[in-house]
Amino acid sequence: MGDWMTVTDPGLSSESKNISQYTSETKMSPSSLYSQQVLCSSIPLSKNVHSFFSAFCTEQNIEQSISYLDQELTTFGFPSLYEESKGKETKRELNIVAVLNCMNELLVLQRKNLLAQENVETQNLKLGSDMDHLQSCYAKLKEQLETSRREMIGLQERDRQLQCKNRNLHQLLKNEKDEVQKLQNIIASRATQYNHDMKRKEREYNKLKERLHQLVMNKKDKKIAMEVLNYVGRADGKRGSWRTGKTEASFFLRNEDEMYKILLNDYEYRQKQILMENAELKKVLQQMKKEMISLLSPQKQKPRERADDSTGTVLSDVDEDAGELSRESMWDLSCETVREQLTNSIRKQWRILKSHVEKLDNQVSKVHLEGFNDEDVISRQDHEQETEKLELEIQQCKEMIKTQQQLLQQQLATTCDDDTTSLLRDCYLLEEKERLKEEWSLFKEQKKNFEKERRNFTEAAIRLGLERKAFEEERASWLKQQFLNMTTFDHQNSENVKLFSAFSGSSEQDNLTVHSRPRQKKPHSVSSGSPVCTSKLTKSLPASPCTSDFCPTRSCVSEHSSISVLNITPEETKPNQVGRECTNQKWSVASRPGSREGCYSGCSLTYTNSHLEKDDLP
Amino acid sequence: MNFSEVFKLSSLLCKFSPDGKYLASCVQYRLVVRDVNTLQILQLYTCLDQIQHIEWSADSLFILCALYKRGLVQVWSLEQPEWHCRIDEGSAGLVASCWSPDGRHILNTTEFHLRITVWSLCTKSVSYIKYPKACQQGMTFTRDGHYMALAERRDCKDYVSIFVCSDWQLLRHFDTDTQDLAGIEWAPNGCVLAVWDTCLEYKVLLYSLDGRPLSAYSAYEWSLGIKSVAWSPSSQFLAVGSYDGKVRILNHVTWKMITEFGHPATITNPKIVVYKEAEKSPQLALGRLAFPPPRAAASPLGTMESKYEIASVPVALQTLKPVADRANPKIGIGVLAFSPDNYFLATRNDNIPNAVWIWDIQKLRLFVVLEQLSPVRSFQWDPQRPRLAICTGGSKVYLWSPAGCVSVQVPGEGDFQVLSLCWHLNGDSLALLSKDHFCLCFLETEEGSVQPPDSWATTGRTCA
Repeated sequence: MGDWMTVTDPGLSSESKNISQYTSETKMSPSSLYSQQVLCSSIPLSKNVHSFFSAFCTEQNIEQSISYLDQELTTFGFPSLYEESKGKETKRELNIVAVLNCMNELLVLQRKNLLAQENVETQNLKLGSDMDHLQSCYAKLKEQLETSRREMIGLQERDRQLQCKNRNLHQLLKNEKDEVQKLQNIIASRATQYNHDMKRKEREYNKLKERLHQLVMNKKDKKIAMEVLNYVGRADGKRGSWRTGKTEASFFLRNEDEMYKILLNDYEYRQKQILMENAELKKVLQQMKKEMISLLSPQKQKPRERADDSTGTVLSDVDEDAGELSRESMWDLSCETVREQLTNSIRKQWRILKSHVEKLDNQVSKVHLEGFNDEDVISRQDHEQETEKLELEIQQCKEMIKTQQQLLQQQLATTCDDDTTSLLRDCYLLEEKERLKEEWSLFKEQKKNFEKERRNFTEAAIRLGLERKAFEEERASWLKQQFLNMTTFDHQNSENVKLFSAFSGSSEQDNLTVHSRPRQKKPHSVSSGSPVCTSKLTKSLPASPCTSDFCPTRSCVSEHSSISVLNITPEETKPNQVGRECTNQKWSVASRPGSREGCYSGCSLTYTNSHLEKDDLP
Repeated sequence: MNFSEVFKLSSLLCKFSPDGKYLASCVQYRLVVRDVNTLQILQLYTCLDQIQHIEWSADSLFILCALYKRGLVQVWSLEQPEWHCRIDEGSAGLVASCWSPDGRHILNTTEFHLRITVWSLCTKSVSYIKYPKACQQGMTFTRDGHYMALAERRDCKDYVSIFVCSDWQLLRHFDTDTQDLAGIEWAPNGCVLAVWDTCLEYKVLLYSLDGRPLSAYSAYEWSLGIKSVAWSPSSQFLAVGSYDGKVRILNHVTWKMITEFGHPATITNPKIVVYKEAEKSPQLALGRLAFPPPRAAASPLGTMESKYEIASVPVALQTLKPVADRANPKIGIGVLAFSPDNYFLATRNDNIPNAVWIWDIQKLRLFVVLEQLSPVRSFQWDPQRPRLAICTGGSKVYLWSPAGCVSVQVPGEGDFQVLSLCWHLNGDSLALLSKDHFCLCFLETEEGSVQPPDSWATTGRTCA
């Protein structure tokens, strides 16, 4: 169809169109060739041989034919061929002009018709080819439809088969399950049967055994005997004990006692082991916590703006821990509260750490992603461009500096050289000089004021120091007083305290003292300190040097610390707490060997005590 | 490594005394007691018939010889050779005999497990315990010798009785929740008694000394269950070997399983060292054939020298296809032994008979696998060190320690087939038992403390 169109389209002038039409006609349909030839031959003929053509008009029937034509034409809407009659009676005359007009119009009409026909024919052809195309399309689609339908049928078939299979498998499974059930039932029934049989057999066997026993044992088998040269002594050297009815019960009781003793020992051993393990685990936890805190707190302080509450908890935790650390005795308590506290704080820390690590991970992954997203080359290019730019800037700056330096030098040179210019400058500078002078005097005044203030401050500091000294002295005396009071008090109480053994950490008294003096810490130092003070007072008491008297020891420690604070002057300048901690630590370290000895043996205690006293008192 | 000369032996009866000074061995109806160091005969006792079982008393003063066929037990004293004691169980018969831990009582089990007779060597008293159960391991003493646990069966139910050994008083008597009890074993600390059920059912029960049930454990149902049980020397673990080829380790706190050791036939983990025994190529022997060596000096002909090679993983171990339609199939963990220091556990899976598996108990994982050329007959840990001696019924003895392993040819004129072995108390020597001979193997210690005794310095031979 396409090529057809190209053929038809270009020529629209009537002549060429005619030709093209004819050629097309000839090409197109050989069947219509004849009529076309007739038509084309008729057109030129109609111009020249008019008479020949009009066969229906002869000389004789001109009138009729004209009237006939007139009639025909008027029916088709043409103007009448006759002249407009002036009178009814006059014969109508043929109007040549009208005839010619009619003729012309007819010819035009004819041509138009021909054109229209041509158009219609091309249209027809186009449609025909369209039709063909559509038909082919249709056929193709039909084919496709067919194949897909077939496919669908195939799939349906397969589906059906699979379903069938599935059903079969289900059936099989069910059968198998039934089978299993059946077998299990059989097994169970067999087992019961077997057990039953076994029991029956065993009963029979037992009966037989009993009978055999009677037969063998009751007939006083002479052979059953022991020949022994002489009886030997027991391995433990004891004599064989005779069992009588009376002793039986006591024997039994003794055996029971022993058994329970063994069991108790075992349980105690295990408890000890567990305690040890617990202590170690606690230590590990503590360590972990410390490390976590130290790891987390500096990081968290930086991004303060975000997650204020979490950082707040961390910080508060740190504070808490400082408090807890001071009370190591807490770790000896297996108290619920301590455990909860510890586990909670650890959990908290852990959560923070986890979130932190996750955040880091996210960042890392993000960086990775970005790295992968941005193409390496481009980034490098950017980089290079950037560096180039920067280098250029540096270059420019350097140049600028150079030029400025040059300018300055030039200026200087000019000032040195030219007196006139210097004079000019001087008149400009005078004003400035005056201003500077004014400022100078102002500064001097300020300096004087500052110095005055400083003197005041130093005086105040000196006064403060003196006051503090006085206060310390007072406190020392007060503590001494208290210590004396307390020792007498504890001397009375020492028997109560004795009850608390190595695990006396949970005792109320300890808690009390711990809470009342949170600053005083280190049970080691405490226990070590105890003999120092109690040696004189409790020497008469043989028992429990370790467990006796917590308060006096405290006072002693504090006394010592205060003394040391007084003695050591450089530490005064430091914050008070730091100084105390420092001295405390010193104290505990120094006394630790003594403390250990004190824990283990009572007699070595007094010795070390005296030693310590000597060291302390001067 | 030095070897003593070969002595005669019958029915693998050779035992070190508990104090480590003497060595008792049996030749037919004669009992020979030697000094461990000199190997000189100290005493020679003659029994009435072929000896079938011997046992030292705990204080090493007496030796018990059981003659099951005659229903007789003969006891000999080491201090007084003229002292003798004969216990006749008469028509009741005898199937087992053993010492009580104090070494002054003998417990005889009569035929058909009718009763256990407790004979005292100190007094004339005789006690009877009725209804003992005929099972794999029905009697066990605590390590300190205070208590004896005995499995009993009456009215088709299993019971355990706990006796005080000093006066044979019944301390506790309780029934166990078992179908058919197969064995009992005290924990080394003497406070927990492990009771396990017959192989038809996987069940371990744990009882306290006072008879309270502590726990029960069952790994699976409907299949063959427990084959072997062993306590760790610290009483901390109970290893249970079962027919499914796994060892399950229970802990002493919750009595739950803490781990499961499978024994796969192929080892793929590259961390595990697999020692494979390999025979040396006989090319070396060709050179020797040209110069026929003097018989005494040459290693016995017909036996191949072997050494261990470290196999690269994956290693496929030789497996045995068990006969399914027979009782007692050769599958499952048949032997279990903890090293004395608790660090290792040695096991043998019966359907991989050539391999010994050594597990690291600290890390709870497989450590080493030794694959021998022939099925492992027995193995035993050195009582002092983590060192395992293995014998396979061939003429070699194998030693493993964490440092490595060696295979040692037992020198001898004939073929000395090591069927069994037992360690001396101090771990310096090892008795190797064959069908009718035995010899001692002295291991060099680092300090060189083992001096070759005079007697066998002349007769003894050394093996490079």
